[in-house]
Amino acid sequence: MILAFAATAIVILALMWEVGWPTVSEKLEHRRARRARVPSLDYDPGRERRAEQRARQLLRSCVNDEEWEMYRDLGLIRVWGRLAGGPGRGGTSATEAGAPYAYILYPHKPIVAYLPQTRELLSEYCVDFPDETRPYGSPHLPDSDDVLAKWMALTGDERGLIETANMHLAGRQIDPKRVRRDLWRLQEWERQRIRRAARGGGDPARDSGRAVP
Amino acid sequence: MKPGHGEILLAEGDIARPAEEEALVEEFRRQLELGMWAAVPTATPDGRREARMVRDFSDVPRDADRVIFFPRAAGG
Repeated sequence: MILAFAATAIVILALMWEVGWPTVSEKLEHRRARRARVPSLDYDPGRERRAEQRARQLLRSCVNDEEWEMYRDLGLIRVWGRLAGGPGRGGTSATEAGAPYAYILYPHKPIVAYLPQTRELLSEYCVDFPDETRPYGSPHLPDSDDVLAKWMALTGDERGLIETANMHLAGRQIDPKRVRRDLWRLQEWERQRIRRAARGGGDPARDSGRAVP
Repeated sequence: MKPGHGEILLAEGDIARPAEEEALVEEFRRQLELGMWAAVPTATPDGRREARMVRDFSDVPRDADRVIFFPRAAGG
């Protein structure tokens, strides 16, 4: 009789162990995890903002007044294309009037090539400036640094940058409606700028380094 | 330019002083070996701004006041 009770008790205990052990084990794991010391990452939430402020100052010191105000007001910079003999089509090398195409530079978005005369979008050039060392935890440049990097690479070596980039038809990453709206905003912005300069006696061409049509 | 940090001063000096020029050349080479591109912002007399990409320290104009290093471009 006693032997039968003992055997039954052993079987019950074994079954309870099978059923209850995973729960007990999980609770022990949670308890250990709660008590474990997590190393501090010293994340500074203002770092990115300060980096962007520095980047804006650097951008402003490199581009001309027109380009800086364009970026400040519209969030983009237009760079005139210099390949395909653009300046010869209606202006001098100094004015670049009649350049057959231009680029729009957005931060962390593809470079968009378009025809200024018709606002027809030509293509997107997907290019990135990754820092593989990632010394500060983020592989991305601040927005203004990204725009400046594109501006320097385009004005310094347009062909080289375009050959490096992945080219796609317009509309792959940036909504063409958005780009056309930005081109319209840019046109209105330029008109207002010329009107302001006319009233104030300033010369927007001198600020931009090119003739204003 | 550094991700998450923005502009960092790497080195400065007067190229008229040989010791400082040597330090500048060394830093220039180090940055290029790290895979960075180097550019010198320039301004023409008519106010036009552009950048000049440089691949050797001897390409840097003697009157340049700075060289900007930024990560090499890659297809996105």
